[in-house]
Amino acid sequence: MTDGARAATRTGRPPREAETHCPYCALQCGMVLRDTDDGRIEVQPRQFPTNRGGLCQKGWTAADLLDHPDRLTTPLVRDPSGTLRPASWAAALDRIVDGLRTVQRAHGRDAVAVFGGGGLTNEKAYALGKFARVALRTRHIDYNGRWCMSSAAAAGLRAFGVDRGLPFPLTDLGRTDTLLLVGANPAETMPPLMRHLTEQRARGGRLIVVDPRLTATARQADLHLQPLPGTDLAVANALLHVALTEGLIDREYVAARTEGFDAVRRTVAEYWPAEVERLSGVPVADLEATARALGTAGSAIILTARGAEQHAKGVDTVSAYVNLALALGLPGRPHSGYGCLTGQGNGQGGREHGQKADQLPGYRKIDDPAARAHVAGVWGVDPAELPGPGVPAYQLLDSLGTPDGPRALLVFGSNPVVSAPRAARVESRLRGLDLLVVADFLRSETAELADVVLPVAQWAEEDGTMTNLEGRVLRRRALRRPPAGVRTDLDVLADLAARLDAPDPVPVGPGAGPAVPAGGPVPGDTPDRFPTDPRVVFAELRRASAGGVADYAGVTWERIESADGVFWPCPDPDGPDSPRLFADTFPTPTGRARFHAVRHRPAAEPVCADYPLHFTTGRVLAQYQSGTQTRRVDALRRAAPHGFVELHPDLAARLGVGDGDEVRVASRRGELRAPARLSPTIRPDTVFAPFHWPGAARANSVTNDALDPVSGMPEFKICAVRVERA
Amino acid sequence: MTGHIVIVGYGMAGARLATELHARNGDRKVTVLGAEPHRAYNRIMLSTLLAGKIDEPDVELAEVAGQGTDVRTGAPVTAIDRAARTVRTPDGDLVDYDHLVLATGSRAVVPPLAGLDPAALPPRVAVFRTLADCRRILATARSARTALVLGGGLLGLEAARGLAARGLAVTVVHPHPYLMERQLDPAAGAVLAGTLAGLGVASRLGVPATGLAADPDGVRLDLADGTALHADLLVLSCGVRPDTDLAAAAGLAVDRGVLVDDRLRTDDEAISAIGDCARPPGQGPAGLVAPAWAQARVVARLLTGEDPTARYRPRPVVTRLKAAGIDLAAMGDPTGGPGEELTFSDPARGTYARLRIHQDRLTGAILLGDNPSVGTVVQLFDRGAPVPGDRRALLLGRSLGNAPAAPAASPALMPDAATVCQCNDVDKGTLVRCWREGARTVDEMVAATRAGTGCGGCRQAVGGIADWLSEADSVGTPR
Repeated sequence: MTDGARAATRTGRPPREAETHCPYCALQCGMVLRDTDDGRIEVQPRQFPTNRGGLCQKGWTAADLLDHPDRLTTPLVRDPSGTLRPASWAAALDRIVDGLRTVQRAHGRDAVAVFGGGGLTNEKAYALGKFARVALRTRHIDYNGRWCMSSAAAAGLRAFGVDRGLPFPLTDLGRTDTLLLVGANPAETMPPLMRHLTEQRARGGRLIVVDPRLTATARQADLHLQPLPGTDLAVANALLHVALTEGLIDREYVAARTEGFDAVRRTVAEYWPAEVERLSGVPVADLEATARALGTAGSAIILTARGAEQHAKGVDTVSAYVNLALALGLPGRPHSGYGCLTGQGNGQGGREHGQKADQLPGYRKIDDPAARAHVAGVWGVDPAELPGPGVPAYQLLDSLGTPDGPRALLVFGSNPVVSAPRAARVESRLRGLDLLVVADFLRSETAELADVVLPVAQWAEEDGTMTNLEGRVLRRRALRRPPAGVRTDLDVLADLAARLDAPDPVPVGPGAGPAVPAGGPVPGDTPDRFPTDPRVVFAELRRASAGGVADYAGVTWERIESADGVFWPCPDPDGPDSPRLFADTFPTPTGRARFHAVRHRPAAEPVCADYPLHFTTGRVLAQYQSGTQTRRVDALRRAAPHGFVELHPDLAARLGVGDGDEVRVASRRGELRAPARLSPTIRPDTVFAPFHWPGAARANSVTNDALDPVSGMPEFKICAVRVERA
Repeated sequence: MTGHIVIVGYGMAGARLATELHARNGDRKVTVLGAEPHRAYNRIMLSTLLAGKIDEPDVELAEVAGQGTDVRTGAPVTAIDRAARTVRTPDGDLVDYDHLVLATGSRAVVPPLAGLDPAALPPRVAVFRTLADCRRILATARSARTALVLGGGLLGLEAARGLAARGLAVTVVHPHPYLMERQLDPAAGAVLAGTLAGLGVASRLGVPATGLAADPDGVRLDLADGTALHADLLVLSCGVRPDTDLAAAAGLAVDRGVLVDDRLRTDDEAISAIGDCARPPGQGPAGLVAPAWAQARVVARLLTGEDPTARYRPRPVVTRLKAAGIDLAAMGDPTGGPGEELTFSDPARGTYARLRIHQDRLTGAILLGDNPSVGTVVQLFDRGAPVPGDRRALLLGRSLGNAPAAPAASPALMPDAATVCQCNDVDKGTLVRCWREGARTVDEMVAATRAGTGCGGCRQAVGGIADWLSEADSVGTPR
């Protein structure tokens, strides 16, 4: 196989074919891209352990955006009249550096912030974190994965000492006896994953789905629990209560491999099934059947996803399911355990290499002196120069332009105007900035607000690595070079760093924060500090992650290519990788997994007379995330043309709403308007809207910005609303 | 806000109040004085303990300690001095309080039967209320083969079910013509008795007990009709009575419970009462945990100053009996009053449902047996939410979802616009067109349309369409 990377980036001779992976979700389906003779790019699925030759409509049509008329091929700079106009790269970069310096001179280093994305390759995520800490020397960097994986990550870390979405290969799903999916709808969000579930049931396994909606996934289940939104934690505690009263606890495992069970046992004593039935609406018989199906199976897997995690109690909710898995002795057993389904393409890798406010590469804590010393050594800086932890994504965005908040923001691979909670407020914060820079390949809704927009390469034009939902490091391969005028994100960071390193002509003035010394850190060192060749960046990432929780030291591009990817941790190039974790021990100080006693608490915003309905958000099959990409693909737009509000026919009848009528969904924070879609598959006390659309149909105009105290995850999945005919 | 809070009673109400106070920051001291010698436990789980499925540690509740909370077990309170604001323990110790909360619970009623001294129960006879009672029953049950339970209310039936699960032959003796007469109607009572019989629990109904005789060899229970029943063990389950002795002795207003207002305050502003021992306005029968916990929360909010306007509002009672083979839910009164009535009865399968709806709200329900709608019904009643337009959903369960018809059932009848492949948005018309354009196998149709390449779930349906087209074409339908 030709190495697309070298062909594209070094010799300049475009390859005709590239084995790569889909640009969208964390399943990272294997695909082949080919240049056809008539100038089109053909996508074909390929056999890979995760997708097994499958692709959904998003994957099939992924190449449609490469030559899309909306594609950005020149930088845009906002002119004095307020219009974004084409500009040269030099002018755009000068404008950015000028703006950054002005802000930092007046307000200190932390007045500049960076916002990344879970779709960036490992190399870009790593370089972005380094850029923030070394070139900008700001503590303010976070990313949209905060709104995706952070609750599961925090719960996984505190229980297992490591956060890897699935601690086992995806193929284990097909071999487990009982599979419990909590707030997961892979039939719509990652369809080829369903092949493993089909295999599981063909082998006689049982599938149980917990979801307030009868989703496409729940329809395939042997048992569907349909709780009131926001009660997943209580359901988990009730399941553990039943496991206790039915004698299903694996006492030997609990004694030998865990700690903290007694506190959990005493807490779940308060969650007897009848009590939780009243709270959640899940019948006692179904709670018992679920606990038995998990507790009597030879093997069992419990998976959570955004439905359980995107709550102000997301971490505790995940902990409740982790407790259940531990009490049943699942983690580390064959075809058993707890896992979470990662959302974004590089949601896993993106959280391991320094995009998170509190982390350094290798999943190191930024406030750990040893971690700082190690990474500073790799970066060639004094550990004391590394900033401390910043704040989680929503707090960061909500502080923009305020007296204590950053006044300049660089956005890479994210569209918070659509994807942030309480989006109207975030939008106004972005408008209040002195400088907003967005690197993207399309004019996203966030780019529309920017002072400078930088056109960057798409997935088929770049090499690098991604880490999928299993913790498997994969190769993304370029089929062709970026079009004229387009640069890669690595190029952009290198260019900006070089300009920032050049002597600052203006002397340091008065400011709120620490002054910026003129001249930058280490003159003459620039070419190596921010390399543009992803292979070189990856080599540095390996050194930076060495010895960390997510250790990539033994992962090489060659090794990834010679196998179907490499599972981290992999500290030694000649040693094994880690498809399955926890067989013998947990990477905690004691080697034991830790229980955490957790209690149900109500949603941050309860329903009331003025806002009597529960509102929840989610996804549809034909759209991805904020829709910047998928809304521009004709076939996907035909399949899912616009936003909608799903409501039960009984509720619709009471509201006088007919199918297709325009409705208004209002919360205390804002409203959305979209056509009603009547469906008896949703609870009559709950309405649902997908969040992929901007403008009037923007679901996040309505959502609540209450945050989880541990993870900073916003409460996307439940708030109180009023619905009426528009 | 309040300096030293003393809680008398460390049952489910007192323990919960200690937890609620502990969860709220503040500079205060909390002392809990529990009469029982052990840490707080979950009374609800005692019947599971009787059944032998769990061990004693499994019924323990989480305990708060430290940070100003002092829990003392085996420490009953013998008197309250309201003027001095102290409580006295049997050792003569005095504990000062700024605010006192009574959570003394209730006691099992010992019925007036000839041969029964409430102060000293004979061997082989026990009430069923505390962990100590549970131990007493278990000690006898270990060598017993038969048991009698006097009282066919909720607790009596739970005890009976627990003992039957241990392999004892159990008979429930109940003075009323049917079981759980406070919650059920005669038809439901009959279905329940039938279900219990299948689980090894016989019922002797409509006849009161008049006396008993017990010795180390067995128990004899005399009935009003002149007959007598013999067994190795007798459990008395004749209701509970609020434990108000301490309050009454201190001169607080008591009437079937310590009288409190909607702040759970007694007629002494420095004393509150919660749980079984308290009687707030509008409160239903004692013995339920949910009201006790709601009251603990209100008191915690008031005493910590978190919400000075917090008030206790009783919620409607839902009675739930759930044990292996039994599933019963009862709420409100479905047997009379205005509105429409829904019923469903299938005695052969032990299923019975009776619901009353008035002005689109559920006002009462009895559900017995396999009723998949029970979770929905409980929530609709609890929240006073409007009932479904299609009433069948209340009897048959969940959302009555219209799962899409299986596309492969008969391809001929499918409209062209019907989606066959969700993952790739392929409709039947597209598959038919690709056939007409020359695709002849499933693989060729898949390659041409991408149907079946996502989750793979519709491949069979595509095969069905291919078969149908191949048959239709071979018949040679002229076009």
